[in-house]
Amino acid sequence: MNGTDSSARMRMLTEMVRIRRFEQRCVELYSATKIRGFMHLYIGEEAVATGALTPLTPEDAVVSTYREHGHALARGMPMAALMAEMFGKVTGCSRGRGGSMHLFDASRKFYGGNAIVGGGLPLAVGLALADSMRGRQAVTMCLFGDGAAAEGEFHETMNLAALWQLPVLFCCENNYYAMGTALERSHAETDLALRASSYGVRSWAVDGMDVQAVARATARAADMARTGSGPCFLEFRTYRFRAHSLYDPERYRDRAEVDRWKERDPIESLTRRMRDSGELSDEDLEKLEFGVESEIDRAVAEADSDEEEPVDDLERFVYADGK
Amino acid sequence: MTEGTLLEWLVGPGDAVRKGDAVAVVDTSKSAVEIECFDSGTIDRLLIEEGTTVAVGEPLAVIDAAATAPREPAHPRADSQAEPVAPSLEPAERPAPEPSPAPEPSAAAARALPQASPNVRKLAAQLGVDLRTVRGTGRRGFPTRKDVEQAAGRTAERTAHVEQREPERPSTTATSSGRRITPYARRLAAELGVDHDALPRDRVVRAADVRAVAADTGGEERPAEVPDDVRPEVAVPREPRTGAARTGMRAAIADAMARSKREIPHYYLATTVDVTETLEWLRRCNRDRPVDDRIVPAAVLLAAAAAAASTVSELNGHWLDGEFVPARSVDLGVAVSLRGGGLVVPVLPDAASRSVAEVMSWLRGAVQRARAGRMRSSDLGAASITVTNLGDLGVDVVYGVIHPPQVALVGFGAVRDRPYAVDGLLGARSTVQASLAADHRATDGATGARFLTALQHHLHRAKE
Amino acid sequence: MRTSYREALRAAIREALLADDRTFLMGEDVGRYGGCFAVSLGLLEEFGEQRVRDTPLSESAFVGAGIGAAMAGMRPIVEIMTVNFSLLALDQIMNNAATLRHMSGGQIGVPLVIRMTTGGGRQLAAQHSHSLEGWYAHIPGLRVVAPATVADARGMLPTALEDPDPVLLFEHGGLYGTEDDLAEDAGAVDIDRAAIRRDGSDLTLIAYGGTVRTALQAADVLAGQGIAAEVIDLRTLRPLDERAFLDSVGRTHRAVIVDEGWRSGSLAAEIAARIGERALYELDAPVQRVCTAEVPLPYAKHLEDAALPSPERVVDAALKTVT
Repeated sequence: MNGTDSSARMRMLTEMVRIRRFEQRCVELYSATKIRGFMHLYIGEEAVATGALTPLTPEDAVVSTYREHGHALARGMPMAALMAEMFGKVTGCSRGRGGSMHLFDASRKFYGGNAIVGGGLPLAVGLALADSMRGRQAVTMCLFGDGAAAEGEFHETMNLAALWQLPVLFCCENNYYAMGTALERSHAETDLALRASSYGVRSWAVDGMDVQAVARATARAADMARTGSGPCFLEFRTYRFRAHSLYDPERYRDRAEVDRWKERDPIESLTRRMRDSGELSDEDLEKLEFGVESEIDRAVAEADSDEEEPVDDLERFVYADGK
Repeated sequence: MTEGTLLEWLVGPGDAVRKGDAVAVVDTSKSAVEIECFDSGTIDRLLIEEGTTVAVGEPLAVIDAAATAPREPAHPRADSQAEPVAPSLEPAERPAPEPSPAPEPSAAAARALPQASPNVRKLAAQLGVDLRTVRGTGRRGFPTRKDVEQAAGRTAERTAHVEQREPERPSTTATSSGRRITPYARRLAAELGVDHDALPRDRVVRAADVRAVAADTGGEERPAEVPDDVRPEVAVPREPRTGAARTGMRAAIADAMARSKREIPHYYLATTVDVTETLEWLRRCNRDRPVDDRIVPAAVLLAAAAAAASTVSELNGHWLDGEFVPARSVDLGVAVSLRGGGLVVPVLPDAASRSVAEVMSWLRGAVQRARAGRMRSSDLGAASITVTNLGDLGVDVVYGVIHPPQVALVGFGAVRDRPYAVDGLLGARSTVQASLAADHRATDGATGARFLTALQHHLHRAKE
Repeated sequence: MRTSYREALRAAIREALLADDRTFLMGEDVGRYGGCFAVSLGLLEEFGEQRVRDTPLSESAFVGAGIGAAMAGMRPIVEIMTVNFSLLALDQIMNNAATLRHMSGGQIGVPLVIRMTTGGGRQLAAQHSHSLEGWYAHIPGLRVVAPATVADARGMLPTALEDPDPVLLFEHGGLYGTEDDLAEDAGAVDIDRAAIRRDGSDLTLIAYGGTVRTALQAADVLAGQGIAAEVIDLRTLRPLDERAFLDSVGRTHRAVIVDEGWRSGSLAAEIAARIGERALYELDAPVQRVCTAEVPLPYAKHLEDAALPSPERVVDAALKTVT
């Protein structure tokens, strides 16, 4: 489960390629106006979603952010449901009411796509509180970005989770930019793991570009949380290769900085390592890419032909049906 | 009175005003009054929003007195140039009303304007009227709202400020009078057939005013026969008459009614009459009539009852010494309640030979005379049949008590829209329940049925 | 049995804790202290720290935790000390509790009850005295209720806990000490309909929560002048039982709305608008509103009294509609 054997590496490589190719297709579809609204790309950060979600069980819960295509796919959400959501169709994972930022799958305990920075953290504490009070062994993984560490909710939540010793894995995807504001321009203390530890939460900083390192660290933290040691904080240092969203002209960072991070592309790194050790042939890679492309083609074709929610149902799901 | 609520602005920033122009309508808790300004100039800004309650003396708006000449845009307005409009909330402070037609605020506001008041301009825009084509009758030939309304080929209410439209319930008698009528009162006026021109002009008209007018014009007639204790609460005297007069009248009513119920074996019949087309005819007819001659539905009901009594003469007369004595003409008694309690029954002699307009004219006068206690000798004859109309009090059916020695009493309930099938199609029609209380010694039910059929026939043919 | 509003609330909470082990009470000083307004006095001793949880002063975190726990199958009761403090949790209430069901296409419900104190009249000045329930009543996805009587204080909570959607319960601070007879077997009451607290034919006074008392006092004064005022207690502020007040206005043709919120953009404005939309032709006088003066509430008693709706102001407004 911690991603150190060959088959686990192959699975993680496949997952990262799925996430990246899915998003690359989404960019094309956005240009073709099939997808609208805000769309935040995860390209460059695939190792975090892939590695962090690997050790979770179906009983565990996940609370995510608005940059969550990767999280949803890694959690096992069918690509067709995700693509249909991007298309705003009734077959989408949120029936077209959520869009890119609000992907939900209750059956997989994937509690969304929260687009208020920091807004998901208290929910994770509540989900973990319920598990704790009911005596369940589950953990709740809460994913958020470095920007959330500046929100009051982050600090309230760290304190509360530690105070009540709840099984929460706080997974901070530190990509060094809160939209366009660099970490050092918004935080006096830029060591986020250090700050979390000040609340009495066990904290580690992890190389977020190395999927195996992410998987190992998460597995260890999950074990601790599951056995009643309280919350853990994992700071995954990573980088997004693309702009914040498709509206972002990227005036705030150097091309050279992006290029330096691209040298550490998590997919290329793992591919290289697996080739070098003889685990991966050109043929394997071709097969992998072909499989992913076919899955995406199918998802797009389905989403395109799916029905839209009837406008008569506009006011559904504000309250429970039948009320 | 120390405060009032600003109901409506009649002017807006940039409008030119003259001293004495009406600029706003203020509700003073007693009535709505127009506020005049004390200076001439241009409205700079409004200080108070509509709906706000203001104390007497509090500025409502700022008038730029210098702005009659073009202003220099870059030059800041000095405070001395701006005079607040002080509200004049006491009606007593307003100048005496001008002779008829009563002035409308727009007419006053129009005086100072190059073409027409903002109010009139707004109305013109609403009605799609080109002001250049309107011949003004206001001061200096400026157009008034009335002119615009006439130009638009329709009559509209001044209260259009308050309610832009009232598509569902057009009033029975459209008027161009300048009245502010609450929505419920307007509805009630339509239901009771009360002409807007009969309503007070100096304040907001409420339901109570409509009911009072309906009573004045014959709507509130009440049969002597209805015992006091089952009367609607309106019958409770508000201004008690002198004890002796009341006691005397009460005693007379008591005697007559007790005798009726003791001696007369009553039978009762009722039918529903569709008067949609009759009312439509009445509306058309009223459109061409001077205000004073307009006809209310009650007059039509009376005329039809008279005609029916003429047709079925077995019900028109008296039971004297054990036998029915037919009357030579239909002398129609009309029960009229008095404000101080009790009622009188003025009589319209030979009612069957009169036109609806004549009935109306008599009704108007008779009600006034009855209320004033100055009935004419002609009013005081013996009725051969009596009508009581309780429709304005919301009554659906009247179960009357016959006034002895008469042998029949005709009752009318409210004329209002009800579901009613015509030719197999259900729709909303104006209907009225007509009822008959008759003396079984004199006639049987079949006669009564004939009477109601005749009544229905005459109601339908009122227009002829 | 003579019962105070406070005791009725406590009985309701106690019954809920006994009836369902998924239910727990959470908030600032609800345990050891016994509740800021002594509502939960004695419950910690009876149910223990798991079920009666004192929280840090972290409104966003503990309200969010309540939402998360509700999502995970619990039936939490969250107490917020006053409505002014609830603004610190507004993100969680608005962006999560009210929104999750819709955003997730109906997958996720939040069966949560949030209780809070509202209203002025206790010289608590401008950060403890406001009536912001109208703001919450603006939000689709929430149910907002305001118990005005001891029976409702006893009976609304169990019904709210049964509700599959978030219910906000507003307890007027001036009511805790009020007493009334409560039946021994008093229990759940509906939270759907308004109630007529006094019959009358001349005008309708529309009130809720703390202003019901004000309206009833005004009705007594009016009765002395021969004016029969009907008093409607809205009980539920969202969704509004519109039929109740429209029917009443249909009978009386006059309406005065008594709302402790500020006039602009208020519940009173909403009610007046609905009367205008649906009952215009019933009106025999302009609708009147008696609201709180548009100032942050002052401390000094004479100023606070002048700012709040009083029976005298209600009588004045009522007289405007009938004379």
